[in-house]
Amino acid sequence: MRRFKTSFAVPAALALMITAGAVVLAEAEDDQPNPPQQSWSFYGVFGKYDQAELQRGFQVYKEVCSTCHRLSIPFRTLADPDGPGYSVAQVKALAASYQVENAEPNDKGEMFKRPGTPADIFPPPDAFPNDAAAVAAMGKAPPDMALIAKSLKYERGFPTFIFDIFTTYQEMGPDYVYAILNGYTKKDDPQWNLYYPGHKIAMPQPIEDGRVKYDDGTPGTLANYSKDIGSFLMWASEPTLVERKKIGFRAIIFLIVLSSLLYLTKKKIWADAH
Amino acid sequence: MSGTSTYVPKSAFARWFESRLPIAGLVHSSFIAYPTPRNLNYMWTFGAILSFMLGAQIATGVILAMHYVPSATMAFASVDHIMRDVDYGWMIRYLHSNGASFFFFAVYMHIFRGIYYGSYKAPREVLWILGVIIYLLMMATAFMGYVLPWGMMSFAGATVITNLFTAIPLVGVSISHWLWGGYAVGDPTLNRFFALHYLLPFMIVGVVVLHVWALHVAGQNNPDGVEVKNVERDTVAFTPYATIKDVFGLSVFLIFYAWFTFFIPLYLLDPDNSTIANPLVTPAHIVPEWYLLPFYAILRAIPNKLVGVIALFGAIALLAFLPWLDTSPVKSAKYRPLFRFFFWIFVVCCVGLGYLGSQEVSDQTTLVARILAIGYFGFLLIVLPLLGLIEKTKPIPASIADAVLVKAAPAE
Repeated sequence: MRRFKTSFAVPAALALMITAGAVVLAEAEDDQPNPPQQSWSFYGVFGKYDQAELQRGFQVYKEVCSTCHRLSIPFRTLADPDGPGYSVAQVKALAASYQVENAEPNDKGEMFKRPGTPADIFPPPDAFPNDAAAVAAMGKAPPDMALIAKSLKYERGFPTFIFDIFTTYQEMGPDYVYAILNGYTKKDDPQWNLYYPGHKIAMPQPIEDGRVKYDDGTPGTLANYSKDIGSFLMWASEPTLVERKKIGFRAIIFLIVLSSLLYLTKKKIWADAH
Repeated sequence: MSGTSTYVPKSAFARWFESRLPIAGLVHSSFIAYPTPRNLNYMWTFGAILSFMLGAQIATGVILAMHYVPSATMAFASVDHIMRDVDYGWMIRYLHSNGASFFFFAVYMHIFRGIYYGSYKAPREVLWILGVIIYLLMMATAFMGYVLPWGMMSFAGATVITNLFTAIPLVGVSISHWLWGGYAVGDPTLNRFFALHYLLPFMIVGVVVLHVWALHVAGQNNPDGVEVKNVERDTVAFTPYATIKDVFGLSVFLIFYAWFTFFIPLYLLDPDNSTIANPLVTPAHIVPEWYLLPFYAILRAIPNKLVGVIALFGAIALLAFLPWLDTSPVKSAKYRPLFRFFFWIFVVCCVGLGYLGSQEVSDQTTLVARILAIGYFGFLLIVLPLLGLIEKTKPIPASIADAVLVKAAPAE
């Protein structure tokens, strides 16, 4: 066993030197700060969504983001008890407040709009019925927010990406959202963002202190808005996260117990073979 | 090695059935009475793990196919539908997408184990080549599966890989058009990739049957690399000895698989694939899945496209020739000190290439990738043939039983 280790050490050291060299050289040319990590309630093995936070986040989406960004998720999911947990009646009323285009034409063959139901998907913003309209108006289509928290990324770098396996870091998206909303640090240039790659962002600063009035007494600060919308968008793209982690915890406990029993069985069976 | 079956049907029905289709006898001789070397270590459990993963991927894949729609306009939305609306659809999908990675992790452990212990040497050359064919089919299957969600990276990956064929002189462009079913990656490409993604796993099953058959003819290699001389002394019965060890190994493996699936399911998934494919937008940085990265790094390290493509496929094809590239009569690295040293350099080259494949290209990364690529090919084409001639190997034990006894002696 000892020989095995020394023969491994030399090539390993060699490799480490080569890759370390490459990493240092690669990172030297980078002036892009990484989004700072926030503390999220849904982080880690026992992570859960904070219902009040999601409801505030939805309010921010509805009053601010929804002007330009689509959110292609069904209304009914807002009643999910692991999610925002609105009552069925609230979701019904909310859906009915939107005008949704019916999938089928009426008996005259005309497409028509009707009040939404919980089974419908959020309709596109009134300003931009489709991406082409948004591109025409803004130069770039605002992305759909349904999966945005899973689609944003930044380089984690070596060796952080190794540690991420053990710390279960999966909050790149909400951290990124938070950073972008707080990254408009040049007052004279509304489209300059500290955290956006290349710093030139198509979206001018969308929200600032006091823009949304919360009902639950939470102060209307940019920090709170960023946190709430970050959580809400994470929920929108991973609505099954809470159930997933719950099942996962049980699955892993089960497998550890099973493995221990199998190990003891194996030892017993092999006892007479040596 | 499997020998004549010792299976004795117990009931009248079993006797009746066995005389018409001796399948119970086949299973008995292959998975119960089959003699396995008694010195196998846990690296030998990956064969069973791989069989399990193939089954798991097919099972989850068939369920996903019931809800998935292979069309450029519907594919992305149908995957989102699986994630949000289908009962436990998220679990099936995350098991499948992470399962692919764990399948590859297991196959790499299996391949490196085979190289370390010289498992490809006579009389196991055909067994080894069948394994390389399985590996190739796995890569094709995984690549096409990655295209199916029709995210931005799916589309970019499909474009890059199918574009490789345009490097072929004269007919390259025509071949690409034929593969695409048009002038670019589009609806017909997605449709045929789906058909092939469903077909290839069953071809893998077929080759796996041949692989296991060849294994059971030649018998398993073992950490000491000496053949079984005395079945009584050198081997133990597959069941219960190997079975319980394999099941335990699998169970531990599943802990890690579950960790990824339930706690970090997005870790191995490129975030760009959560944005729908758009032929007009290319991701800033195109990366394949991690298990293809070393070959991607080799491709990018070579400035000429055609040579790069040849090197890419050559890097894989060379593995099939290992039984003849390695000229040493000694199998196990345990008794080959020089080989052991170069083996770890080879592993480091593969891992290093993998890391560089994930990085953006710069002069430095290209330089390092070239050095590591030379290391990769150098090991296969120069070191292995030469070592057999110059290496002074250590004395190998006379039999497996002797090797086990030597190991057990100091402990007593």
